[in-house]
Amino acid sequence: MEDILPVIESKLRETFGDAIVSAEMSKDFPVFTIKKDKIIDVVKFLYDEPEMQFRFLTDLCGIHFPDNKGQELGVIYHLHNLRRNWRIRLRIFFALNDSVVPTLTTVFSTANWMERETYDFFGITFKGHPNMKRILNVDDLGGFPMLKEFPLEDPTRTDKNDSMFGR
Amino acid sequence: MAQAKDKKEKMVQQTAPETAEKLDEKEYSILNLGPTHPATHGVFQNILKMDGEIIVDSEPTIGFIHRAFEKLSERRPYNQITPITDRLNYCSSPINNIGWHMTVEKLIDTKIPKRVQYMRIIIMELARIADHLVCNSVIGVDAGALTGFVYVFEEREKIYEIYESICGARLTTNIDRIGGFERDWSDVTWAKLRKFMKDFPAVLKEFEKLLVRNRIFMDRTIGAGPISADRALNYGFTGPNLRAAGVDYDVRVMNPYCSYEEFTFDIPVGTHGDTYDRFMVREHEIWASYSIIQQAIDKIDKMPEKDFHGNVPDFYLPPKEEVYNNMEALIYHFKIVMGETNIPKGEIYHAVEGANGELGFYLVSDGGRTPYRLHYRRPCFIYYQAYPEMIRGNMLSDAIVTLSSLNVIAGELDA
Repeated sequence: MEDILPVIESKLRETFGDAIVSAEMSKDFPVFTIKKDKIIDVVKFLYDEPEMQFRFLTDLCGIHFPDNKGQELGVIYHLHNLRRNWRIRLRIFFALNDSVVPTLTTVFSTANWMERETYDFFGITFKGHPNMKRILNVDDLGGFPMLKEFPLEDPTRTDKNDSMFGR
Repeated sequence: MAQAKDKKEKMVQQTAPETAEKLDEKEYSILNLGPTHPATHGVFQNILKMDGEIIVDSEPTIGFIHRAFEKLSERRPYNQITPITDRLNYCSSPINNIGWHMTVEKLIDTKIPKRVQYMRIIIMELARIADHLVCNSVIGVDAGALTGFVYVFEEREKIYEIYESICGARLTTNIDRIGGFERDWSDVTWAKLRKFMKDFPAVLKEFEKLLVRNRIFMDRTIGAGPISADRALNYGFTGPNLRAAGVDYDVRVMNPYCSYEEFTFDIPVGTHGDTYDRFMVREHEIWASYSIIQQAIDKIDKMPEKDFHGNVPDFYLPPKEEVYNNMEALIYHFKIVMGETNIPKGEIYHAVEGANGELGFYLVSDGGRTPYRLHYRRPCFIYYQAYPEMIRGNMLSDAIVTLSSLNVIAGELDA
């Protein structure tokens, strides 16, 4: 695969300037970290721009870094240009108490359930989403299970002790 | 009763204004399709709003067998995640297993010997054949033709026997390890494989004779649940369903893994994206898979070496006789079994062409013993949301064949 990072980076920086927080090459794809409120504009730009044409949303998911104060939560977008076979990854990070993200359903219908899933597991609300409610978990779960502080097992159990293996 | 009324009002709000106006004059009936209806082939529910036999709107409810795979994965060593992936698309578990192992191998930068790659291809393509056989024969069942289903299930059984002779399991296989196969394939496996390759074409041809040009089957499936290429892409379709709509996107060709670039095979493409197209695309893909397996067997036959795993001592269990007699092997054995192997930091996305589409693993590692975050891109979950749009305005019976032709597998849907 040709080196697509500089091509896309220069395009994005030219149009969005400061909204592009960082651009780097990860192990597999170019990764762009973007300011939260600009993400939809960036995706739309990448979708429409004749040289970019990222017309396929491969994946959208959340992530939680509890130690990253002020930027605890993140949403990760994987876009794919099927014509040239370019794949990129976009990331946004934001604070736990500011977890409202503009919806991508205006560009991709497929974002609908992906965003519902992200809401269901991380409590990230997508503003403008047509049907923002839980999708896989029960409605009265009380809490968002993929946050790191959410216990995997019933915390009242005492019969399991993994501490000696450092887990 | 009050609840039903609430629900009805809610559905009125969700429909577009012009249909909502009509609703005032017309009496619609609400029909629950699922969650345990046999025709849904899995546990998911569709609340259909019906005007006589025409579907006006539908609302899918999913999550009935949600098992928190992503949360579980965050607390398990890498080799223990394989059995979780089994339970995604359980009609073709080997593809999930091997896809996951290749993700880890990509992160730790391992070279896998060619012979192992070809063996993996054989297994993955067998799994694809098994999966497509189930899907296609079930479309027949839902259209009222049970014969073909019973007939090809015998061949599926033979594929499962091949799995069984390799790893001991049949459905949730847990086949393959990080680095390669647990042991070399026995003569029995090769004999079974060669016998399957000899017998299978005749059976599939006969199956095709039953359905492909069958007037009743064609009438039932042509035009049922169509989707355009544009909408399919926008909905994130992948795999046979996308190709039936006319887009030739296949991960095996676009981003070859496991040496798929050395193989010659056809990518069938449909035109209308309806149930018949999906059926035909799968049918041709079975032939393509068959030819890939044949090529892989020929390649392996020509190879002098007999290796069945790569050199990844951190993840691949050493043979028992070495564990008992050799200090180093004992250490590796202990570390793997106790899950004490650290993985390099990194962020990676790896996709394989699953039987239903692009099966992706998005893995974030913080250098620990378990993934920091593992997200499964499950093709079913992503394309099933197009279902209401695909069946709107169709008859109930069309909705049933559409559902089976989409090949929605509950395990993959709910994860």
